[in-house]
Formats: sequence, C-alpha cells, structure tokens
Amino acid sequence: MTPSPLDSTFAALADPTRRAILARLAASEASVNELAEPFAMSQPAISKHLKVLERAGLISRGRDAQRRPCRIEAAPLAAANQWLERYRELWERSFMRLDELLEEMKQKPRRRRRTTKR
Amino acid sequence: MPAGNLTITTPTDREVVVRRDFDAPRQLVYDAFTKPALLKRWLEAPGRKMEVCEIDLKPGGAYRFVWRGPGRKDVGMQGVYREVVPHERFVRSESWEDWDAGESIITCVLEERSGLTTLTETVLFPSREVRDAVLKAGLEHGTRDSFDKLAQLLGSMEPASV
Repeated sequence: MTPSPLDSTFAALADPTRRAILARLAASEASVNELAEPFAMSQPAISKHLKVLERAGLISRGRDAQRRPCRIEAAPLAAANQWLERYRELWERSFMRLDELLEEMKQKPRRRRRTTKR
Repeated sequence: MPAGNLTITTPTDREVVVRRDFDAPRQLVYDAFTKPALLKRWLEAPGRKMEVCEIDLKPGGAYRFVWRGPGRKDVGMQGVYREVVPHERFVRSESWEDWDAGESIITCVLEERSGLTTLTETVLFPSREVRDAVLKAGLEHGTRDSFDKLAQLLGSMEPASV
C-alpha cells in the first residue's frame, strides 16, 4: 500500500517525545539544543526524531548552518486534525442520541417485564 | 448539563481512544451498550439504521450488527465477547462483514463518579493502515484548519516522560 502523507503524520505523532517537540515548537521555533534540553536526551537521539518529523512535513529546518532552527508546519497537522474532527463528529451524533435515550431511561421506574425479541 | 466532553485521541499508531461523559449511572449506560433494543436506538452509521442487533453477552458469546439505509449497501459487523464485567467493563473482537481487514479489539470501561459516568473506549486496530482507513472514511471536504485546533490536538495527547 502506498503510504499517504497522512499515514506519515500519524506515524510521526505516535511517539510521545515527538509530540512534546511539536508542542514546544507550536510556541516558537527552536534550535536542536533547545529542543534536546528538557529530555536529557543526546543530540543524535533528538536529531533522529527531528528527521522523522521533517520527513512527515511537520517541521521545517532553517538554512543557517550553525543553528538550523526548527519550525512547525501546520498543514499536515491540520489535515490529520480534519480526519479526527470529522470522525469525532460522527461519534458525537451517536452519543447525543445516547444522551436522549439515557434521559428517557432515567425517567422510567424500574420494573420487571418481558421484552419482546426484535 | 455535565454530559459531553468527547475526546478522541490516537496514543499509538494502531489505536483510537474515545472518552465521553454521560449524565447517568453506569448501570444505565451499560444497558444502553449491551441490550439490543436500546443499542439500536442510538448507535448509528450515517444514512443508515441498525436493523440487526444480536448480542450474546458473555465471554465467548457472539454478537452481530447490521446497518441498513435506503439505496445503500448493508454494513455488517460481528465478533465475540472476550471479557464481561457487568456495569464496568467489556471487551470484544470486531470485524467487518464486507471488508477483509482483520480483527480489532474493543475495550470499554465505565467509571462512575457522583452519578456521572465516563466511558473510555479503546479500539485496537490490526494495523496502522486499517486504523487510518477507518479514520479517513468519514472525511468530507471543506472543514477549517487553525492553530486553535492544533493546540487542542496536541493538548489531548499525553506528555512525554523523561
């Protein structure tokens, strides 16, 4: 199966360190050293994560050879978010019907009776 | 009204976790999930109604659901219950009748606090591809994107532990 961009977005997001990196970059761009610091992780280890994020198009890296600042790119996350948002809407429709049913069930006094099979 | 707070997260690449609060004791929520006459009334697929609902609620018991809609193909789902703890927890396998995508495992946990019940439903898909295909299935064009939604998405995921 040809991987779609959304597949690599979800793969990139499956790791908690990478999610934390993205959360940090959502605030402002940062260098590799700045990103590595909160994790007590070696720079090569952080760089591996950054490569995954970069390949998924979730971050871009500046040209400045010294700093190579990392910047978050919103479009792939927004696309992934659209999926989840729509999926969420479908669930919510069912759950709102369940809310109504539960209200009805709370009104009914509990009594024993045969229910007919449908 | 305290019901609501629906969150959907993807903590690993094969899972989807659905959490929602309901303003009812967990016995009622449990019944709504496990009694055919009740389940049919709310568990919907777009443009379809649940016409077949058979549940044998015990470990090793089978279930089958079929949704039908005018001019649409039937959507059928079936599986076996693996664990049943009344009012608290049930685990079932799930596969689709028309789509040979393997088997998912669905774990539902109900927790009650002061008359409010929280459902945590974890769907473990057989692969990332199947998980993503299910997520994509409902997508329509034309939804908005914004950094607010981005922040929500990131905020709903667990922080990394060092």
